Amino acid sequence: MKMPPFEYACPTTLSEAVALLASHDGEAKALAGGQSLVPMLAFRLAQPALLVDLRKLAELREIKISADGVRLGAMVRWRDILDDRRLDTAHPLLKAAVAEVAHYQIRNRGTVGGSLAHADPAAEMPGIAVTCEAEISVVGKSGSRVIRAAEFFHGPLMTALAADEIIVDVRLPAWPPGRRWGFQEFARRRGDFALAAAAVFYDEDASGKARNVHVGAIGVADRPLRLHAAEAVLNGQFIDEDTIGKAEAAASASVNPQDDIHASAAYRRALVGTMVERALKAARSREMG
Amino acid sequence: MSVRFEVNGKQVEVDVEPRMTLADCLRHELRLTGTHVGCEHGVCGTCTVIADGAAVRSCLMLAVQAEGSRIVTVEGLSDGEELSPLQKSFRRHHALQCGFCTPGMLTTAHVLLSEEPDCDATRVREVLSGNLCRCTGYISIVEAVLDARADYRPKDRATGVADKP
Repeated sequence: MKMPPFEYACPTTLSEAVALLASHDGEAKALAGGQSLVPMLAFRLAQPALLVDLRKLAELREIKISADGVRLGAMVRWRDILDDRRLDTAHPLLKAAVAEVAHYQIRNRGTVGGSLAHADPAAEMPGIAVTCEAEISVVGKSGSRVIRAAEFFHGPLMTALAADEIIVDVRLPAWPPGRRWGFQEFARRRGDFALAAAAVFYDEDASGKARNVHVGAIGVADRPLRLHAAEAVLNGQFIDEDTIGKAEAAASASVNPQDDIHASAAYRRALVGTMVERALKAARSREMG
Repeated sequence: MSVRFEVNGKQVEVDVEPRMTLADCLRHELRLTGTHVGCEHGVCGTCTVIADGAAVRSCLMLAVQAEGSRIVTVEGLSDGEELSPLQKSFRRHHALQCGFCTPGMLTTAHVLLSEEPDCDATRVREVLSGNLCRCTGYISIVEAVLDARADYRPKDRATGVADKP
């Protein structure tokens, strides 16, 4: 349906944007790419008094790669990530996950910050942020703060962001050469929200045993998850059929999804195990350049 | 509020409510009814237009966000009455039945072929997965797009790649 009425502002500085958000008693919303917020408005699930468009804040559009990791400005679009060849080595897991975001046209508009702030439990970027222990920098009326991804997502469409806060960027820790990774997602049609997806990465010690194993999942809870139980069975082990099978079982056992119209809880529980299994197999067999 | 942007090569200025989508602005204010509105929440792809060179859903963009942009709609793909090579290919392959999804298919495929004139069938299908055809005539749409690739390749290239459908 048509959107409810709202006021619109398009500030040119971050401080102006924060002041606008703070001036409306929690009734103002930041507008990034609009690929989640505008549907929410069309369904009238959101009725903000004011939309603060962030499109003129050029400083939020940068992708910075340094020894510190990959810093994605909040207004970086999916398309920018997919087009950035540096990320092929600087963060291949991010790139693989972003390739699964929605559809072509959506990827041309949707943003990193918008996805994080929207916090859909099946969205890829929040899953990558949690899996990779990202840090989310935000700025608000009372100043700046950095929120760990593990503490950022509070539930479906709920985050640690205060009403006057704007995401500035997200930092993914540096990605060492030789790191093994996999991303597997299942949806009934391409571009649909994932019924479940898994992101994994690990490093190898001199003997080839896995260390620093990270396993994350989306679509199986009210927020993106780290699957510590699956990590525990893999750390210090060789990644082979046996340990992958154990990780699959641990992943399924460690989640508690709900029945919904898209899939039963039992199906999702089985599916997340399969996604972890496939992601680990992809990680193990990938040719390292 | 007043918003100025370029549509199909012409500067326009319209007075819109902030809540008006770009799709509705094109149709109701500018009478460019080639852009169709299906789901109005970003699922069906029929409202796809080209904004600053990128295929976007015009139901998920506010008209006020188009300020200063260059918008191309399906009306802007052809020169007057003469169909574009992509449109001719759609006609040749019977790539439309009821025609409702066609504007979004054409705008999306036009950007794809402009950027990737050597794309394969898998890529065409992946990109067009964001556009629904309720007549389900996908096979002829994909064939029409693949067949139009040659027209997007540089003229001085002797032959296209050997992957005709």
